This record gives sequence, C-alpha cells and structure tokens, in this order.
Amino acid sequence: MAPHTQQLTRPAVRLRELTRSFDTRTVLDGIDLDIPAGQFVALLGHSGSGKSTLLRAVAGLDHEVAGSGQLTAPERVSVVFQDSRLLPWRRVLDNVLLGLDGKEAARKGRAALAEVGLEGRERAWPSELSGGEAQRAALARSLVREPELLLADEPFGALDALTRIKMHSLLRELWEHHRPSVLLVTHDVDEAIVLADRVLVLERGRIGLDLTIDRPHPRSYRDPLLGEYRERLLAALGVTEDHQ
Amino acid sequence: MTAVTTTAAVPVTVAEERPQVRRRRRLSPGRRLPATRLAGPLLLLALWAAASAAGRLDTGAIPAPWTVLESGVHLWTDGTLSNDILTSLQRAGSGFAIGLTAGVVLALASGLSRTGEALIDGTVQLNRAIPTLGLIPLFILWLGIGETFKIAIIAIVVYIPIYLNTHAALSGIDHRFVELAEVQGLSKFQFIRQIVIPGALPGFFVGLRLGVTGSWLGLVVLEQINATSGLGYMMFQAQNYGQSDVILVGLLIYGVFGLISDSAVRLVERRVLSWRRTLSS
Repeated sequence: MAPHTQQLTRPAVRLRELTRSFDTRTVLDGIDLDIPAGQFVALLGHSGSGKSTLLRAVAGLDHEVAGSGQLTAPERVSVVFQDSRLLPWRRVLDNVLLGLDGKEAARKGRAALAEVGLEGRERAWPSELSGGEAQRAALARSLVREPELLLADEPFGALDALTRIKMHSLLRELWEHHRPSVLLVTHDVDEAIVLADRVLVLERGRIGLDLTIDRPHPRSYRDPLLGEYRERLLAALGVTEDHQ
Repeated sequence: MTAVTTTAAVPVTVAEERPQVRRRRRLSPGRRLPATRLAGPLLLLALWAAASAAGRLDTGAIPAPWTVLESGVHLWTDGTLSNDILTSLQRAGSGFAIGLTAGVVLALASGLSRTGEALIDGTVQLNRAIPTLGLIPLFILWLGIGETFKIAIIAIVVYIPIYLNTHAALSGIDHRFVELAEVQGLSKFQFIRQIVIPGALPGFFVGLRLGVTGSWLGLVVLEQINATSGLGYMMFQAQNYGQSDVILVGLLIYGVFGLISDSAVRLVERRVLSWRRTLSS
C-alpha cells in the first residue's frame, strides 16, 4: 500500500519545538513534525489556527515574527499562494520564469506550462487568463524550479467548485510525476482527504491529529471508506455532523 | 400531429412578442475617434481665421492667422527665429534631462531604503512647499544671470512631480509581490529590475508628463524675465515694439512644442504599459 517507501527514508522537513507568537498570542506552541521526502501532507485547521503561520515559517517568510525552535527544510522550496500572484506586467511564460535565466530555463518553462495545460498561452498577459488558468500558471512557476518541497497555502480557495475538482487531479498528477514533498494548507476537509496521504489537524498551536490515509489514488469524493476519515477529521476540528 | 405544428409556429411569435434584450448603458467613454485630439484646436483656429477675415478683430491686438504665419516665415528666413528656438530647446532639454535623472534617482533611493527615505523624502517635501519660481532671485545671486540658473530652475520644476509620483508608486508596490520575489529567490538587483521598476512605471509616467509640461512652463517664465535670447526674449522684445504677431508666433511655437512633447510621452507610455487595460484603451 505504500508504493514509495524507499523515498520515505530521510525527512525533508523537520520541526522541533517550533514556536511562533504575535505580540502575546502564541500561535504555534512547540510543534514537532517530520515530513519524509516525497510525502503529500495536508494541514487542516480553523481559520486563525496557525496553519498559514506554520507554512510561512517553513517557507522562511516570517521575517518579523517572534519565535524559537529548530527548523530544517530542503534547499529548493516553492510556494503556491491562494492568489496566483502573477506579475501583471510580465507575460505568462516570463512569469513562470521569474528568477531564472537562460535558454534551458525557457525550455523548462514551456514544458511546465504544457504540463499544466497552458500550451500556447505563453505570450498571454495574466489579465487575459481565467482564475483557474492563472492558478495553473502559478503551479507551473512553482514546478519549473524542480522543488524538493512544495508549499501550498489554500491554493484552490479562490476557485469555483468545478475548477477546483480539475485542479485537484492536476496537482495529484503533477505530484506523481515530480514527487516533491507537499505541505498543503487547507480548510477543506474533503480536499485534504482526496489529495493527501497524511492529514494533520492543527489545534491551539499544536498538532492535534496526525492521520495517515491509506487509500489508493485516484480517490473519489463518494468513496464510503473515506467517510470514516472525514468523520475523524471533523471530530478533531470540533465539528459534529448531525445528519445521523 | 397538431402539437408538432403548434410548437413549430410558437418560436416565431415568441421571438416577436418578447421585448428584445437591451444592452446596458455603457459607462466607459467608448471607442476613441481618430485624431480627435486635434479637433478642438482646429475649430479654434477656424473661428480665429473667420473672425479675422470678417474684420471683427482689432489687428493691433490679435492679427490674422496668415499675418502671424507671414511673420513666422519672415523671422525664420531672418535666422533669428531658428536661433531663438534652438536656445530655448537647449534650456528646456538640459533642465528636463537633469530634473528627470534627479527625480528618478532620488525616488529610487528614497523608495528602496529607509535611510534614503529619512534623508530624502522630507527634504523634497520641503522643497515642494517653496514655489520654485520664487527661488529665481536667490539662484541669480548664486549662479549669475547666465544659463546655469535657468537650467537649475527648470530642473527643479521637473524633478518634483517625477519624484513625487515615482516615489508614491514605489511605496505602493503590492507587498504580495515582494513576498513572491523572496520565494522565487530573486536577488536585490533582480527584485528592483523585475518587480520594483515595472511596478512603479505607471506612477513614473504620470510624473513624467507633469514634468514635461513643467519644463515648458519654467522656460516661459525664465525667458520673459531674465533672458537675452530665446523665444521668451523674442516675445518680450515684441511687446516693447507692439508686434503682437511676433508674440503670437512665440506662443504658437511654445504650444506646438508642448503638444509634441506630451504626445511623445503618451506614445512611449502606451508602448511600455501595453499590459494595462484601462478606460483610455
């Protein structure tokens, strides 16, 4: 059931006693976490539970946040944000290549765009893309650097439901192909269950639940066995379903 | 069978009965008409010519367009006009170039570092509060009544709007793009070249257009008060001899230069900012 055990040997991300606080409020309260190389992890939590703070800490983006603890992450880290964050003054391909130079990079950029289904849109302006297309371009931008760790902060939160389903399978496909470690921050329990092999629930600054989801891919939202996971996760989030 | 025939007939009547969908009232000004920018000036010129031809204007105060043209040609063949134009262009050009450079350099220094901001921004704001033309007497004392003080005044008139608008655009750059640059591992230099400068360009162009207009404005004032050559000097002399046609020649040339330089900036702006879609496109 674990087809990539050989890749799980060395942890890609390692957090020890990670603490982050804003003013007097402690947001992350001594987190210990190992993410093995190549693992697809989803991080769930209420809004304000600190999931974005954790992701930003791993990304090294929390410049003015007080905190302590140990944190190791791979050299090549890419981040996908909730908004596509394409620079409006650069064409799509140039956005994908932001920070890279050379012919070889351009070739990789075109390949990455083709991989996310944006072949032929290299010369388009970001303002000409739909929301889903823009987010695909953002995925291409993160892939082209061949990340060892892909951090995604609610990357599909701003998309409509249909586009989101398509993006789920695209993200999973891309992961199968490139095998980076993934830390996907989301508030959508179904998204976490369908995509990830391991789901963490962040609660009051600590990891309240660490759940391995041992079901084959591609997964369906209607898979009854996933319902069990859903209930456990919802319970950990303090939500009870009263349809039963 | 009857049902089939009725349904076949229905769509036609429905299409006739239902009110057609009316397009919403358009709120943007609509497509631009060709060469409309010239329509107003041309109309004004036509009115002027018509009034002159009808003898309704005092030729001593407002000579006819053709008289102005004649004087212009006469002054040109004389060699005095070309000389005056050249002098004026040199002044405006040098002042503008210095002001442009100073405005951009100061805006970058102030927008990109906190030390720069502390040293520069307040000083420029102070400078802005002083009417630049009020500095003329002081600058004459410092720099003499030659070319230097004129160019200095024009440079100040130009640099202020360029600095203000570029600096505002720089400080307004979306923080999310800064974060993106960090994630993508951009160097400070790449960050400035690929994110800061393109992001500040729209503001810079607003300042540039104000600066171009300002350089002509400064020129007119300087040449009318403190000059021994140039277009303004020519007009000042004409005033002494009551040659209103020569004054109008000077004004027209100022106007044409202003129009040309503004159009040039617009053209460059449209090229450089082609990614923008606004009301004007």
